Amino acid sequence: MATISLEHVSKRYPDGTEAVKDLNLDIANGEFIVFVGPSGCGKSTALNMIAGLEDISDGALRMNTKVVNQLSPKDRDIAMVFQTYALYPHMTVRQNMAFPLKIAHMPQDEIDRRVKEAAELLELTEHLDRKPANLSGGQRQRVAMGRAIVRNPQAFLMDEPLSNLDAKLRVQMRTMISRLQQRLKVTTIYVTHDQTEAMTLGDRILVLRLGVKQQVGSPQELYDYPANLFVAGFIGSPAMNFMPGQLADSVLKWPFGDVRLPAETVRRLEQEKAPRDVIVGIRPEDFEDAALVEGAKREQGTTISVKPDVLESLGSEVFAYFPVPRAEAGQMEELQRVAAEVGTGDAPGSESTFVARLSPITTAREGVAFTLWLNTHKLHLFDAQNGKALGR
Amino acid sequence: MTAIAAPGTKTARHARTATQPTMPTGQKVRWGTANTITIAWTLFPIWWLIALAFKAPATLNDGSFWPNQWSWSNFSGIFHGTAFVKPLLNSIGIGVISTVISVVLATMAAYAIARLKFPGKSLLIGVSLLIAMFPLISLVNPLFNIERVLGLFDTWPGLIIPYLAFSLPLAIYTLSAFFREIPWDLEKAAKVDGASQRQIFTNVIAPLALPGIATTSILVFMFCWNEFLLAISLTSTNAARTAPAAMGFFTGVSQFTFPIGSIAAAAVIITIPIVIFVMIFQRRIVAGLTAGAVKG
Repeated sequence: MATISLEHVSKRYPDGTEAVKDLNLDIANGEFIVFVGPSGCGKSTALNMIAGLEDISDGALRMNTKVVNQLSPKDRDIAMVFQTYALYPHMTVRQNMAFPLKIAHMPQDEIDRRVKEAAELLELTEHLDRKPANLSGGQRQRVAMGRAIVRNPQAFLMDEPLSNLDAKLRVQMRTMISRLQQRLKVTTIYVTHDQTEAMTLGDRILVLRLGVKQQVGSPQELYDYPANLFVAGFIGSPAMNFMPGQLADSVLKWPFGDVRLPAETVRRLEQEKAPRDVIVGIRPEDFEDAALVEGAKREQGTTISVKPDVLESLGSEVFAYFPVPRAEAGQMEELQRVAAEVGTGDAPGSESTFVARLSPITTAREGVAFTLWLNTHKLHLFDAQNGKALGR
Repeated sequence: MTAIAAPGTKTARHARTATQPTMPTGQKVRWGTANTITIAWTLFPIWWLIALAFKAPATLNDGSFWPNQWSWSNFSGIFHGTAFVKPLLNSIGIGVISTVISVVLATMAAYAIARLKFPGKSLLIGVSLLIAMFPLISLVNPLFNIERVLGLFDTWPGLIIPYLAFSLPLAIYTLSAFFREIPWDLEKAAKVDGASQRQIFTNVIAPLALPGIATTSILVFMFCWNEFLLAISLTSTNAARTAPAAMGFFTGVSQFTFPIGSIAAAAVIITIPIVIFVMIFQRRIVAGLTAGAVKG
């Protein structure tokens, strides 16, 4: 078990591209941290550098305060689980799991004991003498996990271990990994592009974009207080809705009419010398069917009239998609750039559709206008020029 | 090769399980005819050879493609004395030794080419390809002189060494294709599991490359086994003369009889090891060893 810290770590390739730029991060002993970001954000490169599979161009990587930049993977005492599982196809499950122990010249009875233990933990006992080709995806994934845990390593590194599984199995394995980590208390770094995995698994999440750290924090922190447009758009499903607006004194002017901002927010905006042009973000759940919002709560927000073109009922909630006035092109540059990188189908801002999460008892109908309430206390404001969060 | 590549495995599996639409009768007939003609075309010379080998010497020129009188006399003739037996042993010895050395060296070289970065890599590939393309005939004279001076002429090493030179490029080229198809992640996994470069090679890569090694072994062995030009130029006696070369020195019963029967019988004999070789290794080649390594 180990603490891992990255100090000004960078990765430059010979052709000049920088995959990871000046990354600083302290990972506590036993912590479960998730590196998340769209493809090409440098998360796997960062993981490979920690594993020792790629050289570190600049900066220092410390494990338990010792600099390990120059150590080869075998001397770092870490275990890794790969997206492709990377099981040795010519070996049985037992041999696969025993391989790292055998390489370490562990006595045979100790190997047998550990493999047996891990197999029981992962419910693989009856498959021990089968070859990977005869296992299902979930079983292969568990073997890969088994090969990692038999060693009692200093840290687990997991590179998108669930992305090859089908949706149902993915949820099962996610809980299993979570349980396993809590039980073994081994420092774990988990790489994924899936924000749901990141939110559900991580003690903390590191959001990366183009090799640059965007924000580190607990899942709730990232959700409630995204540091910039990118994090706001990336974390949360369905994604946050965005709309340009203007600040004038304590009033936000945007296509849904003027909104008087809470005094606390106004004070902080003044301190930050917030610019006039902003991008307003609002999460789908901060909308509600106005008919269902009562009294004091209703005063916290404003109402708008919308005509949803699609309603998706999931039983526990209803997603309403409704068109909104199209924004002026000039104000949307940063927003569109972010949307392209996040790679979400419902790219925020690139089209003029909002999504609202409503209570299932709503009476809203497709194509019929109704009054929608939105919580103005939950608005997120971002600088339209650089996407930084304002008034936090 | 589809059996080796993980993505390829998937397509192969799909092709097998997919319900194929039944072929219209007209198409069936056309395909059947084309296949029959092709098979007949390729097998006819082989049948002719076998027929000749089994004809009694007196009926060799009877103009029939079917031996009217089956006889083993051609076979017993060539195994009488050492004129063919010794060259056959030479062929087996030289072929096996060359194949083993060549495949061992090529496996290491191909792994390096496929997986490691080192200066001069492209030069190495270029030079080895260049050697493979060199016309053998242009080297016969210099080789003859060099070997005479070095005392290698008419010895086993005298043939094994040039065979290595010409089979290595072929072997390296074939094997590196196999190595490239082994998923990188396996190597990374082994690295993280604590294996050294050598352990990765012997425990993970080499076992997975077995089908490739088998294929390459067949190719190299066939090259050495069939080689004629060097075999006839760099040998002078049965000390190192290989079977194909020895067949050129066959004589008939008398000066005036043509040894076509003996040659046909010898040709049938030297074809047998190749057939056995292919049969042994065929299964290995087809068996996709890497199936299941990665999600396919």
